[in-house]
Amino acid sequence: MALLQVENIKKRFGNNQVLKGISFTLERGQVLAIIGSSGSGKTTLLRCLNFLETPDEGEISVGGKPLLNLGQTLTEEQVRENRLHFGLVFQNFNLFPHYNVLENVTLAPTLLNTDTPERIKAHAMELLEQVGLANKADAYPYQLSGGQQQRVAIARAWAMHPEVLCFDEPTSALDPELTGEVLRVIKGLKGEDRTMIVVTHEMEFAKSVADVVIYMADGVIVEVGTPEEVFDHPKNEKTRAFLQGFQESF
Amino acid sequence: MFLPVTLELLGGFWESLKVFLLTLAFSLPLGLLVCFGSMSKFAPLKALMRCFVWVIRGTPLMLQLIIIFYGPGLLFDLPAMPRFTATIVAFAINYACYFSEIYRGGIESIARGQYEAGQVLGLTKGQIFFKIVLPQVIKRIMAPMSNEIITLVKDTSLARIISVYEIIWAGESFIKKGLLWPLFYTGAFYLIFNGLLTVLFAKIEKKLNYYRG
Repeated sequence: MALLQVENIKKRFGNNQVLKGISFTLERGQVLAIIGSSGSGKTTLLRCLNFLETPDEGEISVGGKPLLNLGQTLTEEQVRENRLHFGLVFQNFNLFPHYNVLENVTLAPTLLNTDTPERIKAHAMELLEQVGLANKADAYPYQLSGGQQQRVAIARAWAMHPEVLCFDEPTSALDPELTGEVLRVIKGLKGEDRTMIVVTHEMEFAKSVADVVIYMADGVIVEVGTPEEVFDHPKNEKTRAFLQGFQESF
Repeated sequence: MFLPVTLELLGGFWESLKVFLLTLAFSLPLGLLVCFGSMSKFAPLKALMRCFVWVIRGTPLMLQLIIIFYGPGLLFDLPAMPRFTATIVAFAINYACYFSEIYRGGIESIARGQYEAGQVLGLTKGQIFFKIVLPQVIKRIMAPMSNEIITLVKDTSLARIISVYEIIWAGESFIKKGLLWPLFYTGAFYLIFNGLLTVLFAKIEKKLNYYRG
């Protein structure tokens, strides 16, 4: 069974129907790339998965367990528990400026008592090693470049062992020369049985890392398939136009 | 004459300090409660707290002292509180309202993303507030808070309107003995104490400067 099942998610803000029924499944260890122009609902979808927004309709299941119990309002505690299945790396990092790099990574596991303090710290150092920032453990966020901050944010998100980690345009706020290091880190995480959803405008990255690509427009999934299918042989006219527009802009 | 006057004024200043310290001890946490009330999603509570803050900030502290001390007796025939207690009650309420607005400004200045980062990590509302938001708020409100706290040092002199002994009273009492300078001399006590506070706040601000943002 698929690790993540999303069925017919709908979300409206006032008169604006942002998500018009999104359904997809994702297997454990797979990387899903979501592409699409701004305003297509990609970010709202990620925010729904992380329960920063509550979908109006639909169901989200992780490992076969439905999380929304639609029709009922979720309690604060249920929402909090649901969030633990997912992690989110934000476009603008949102590191905690008053904690150093190591503390940013250990804060949540420590407050939620996921392990002993020694093991939390050891695990955090391992993660920082993986994102290439073990030597910055004592630095504060303001002392880091944007790319380094985003790598810390990735380590921070993984420290809570989410089953699915979502990235919301992780390189959009970075200078072009810093995007590479972040993309390399995300790429490096793949294959360690980590399931990821990446909303991105980096087409080359999506092509090389994703197992599945979804193209979204106007709150619906227009096309879904392997990177070859979506990028090289798009079936839908809209997808073709979008990809063409992208190539022309470079 | 200088030494006995100094000693007398020191005694008076100690009374002023007691008002200062007790007011701080009660109004700092009380202000947080008022602040939560005035930011509440429950509209009636929010309206009530904002109205309360408006009344307290909109009327003189001197008048509030008089009302809290004489009011219960005049209006409801209740026994009056001890003068000193009434002073602390009036000061604590008054300063809590000012502090609550400073807190509110600080809390509202923290970016939405800080809350969301805590939420997606699975932290509880309490953990997000006390571990992520509040420490950053403290740094941001240091300057307005030190302003308000220095004002409080000088406001303690209002307590004498309900006959609470403090340094101005001590200074004034020498006039009857034909000495005017002790009253002017009281200024030195305020000045020195506020100088110490200024140094203290500068130290705290420097200490909080280990991070930016």
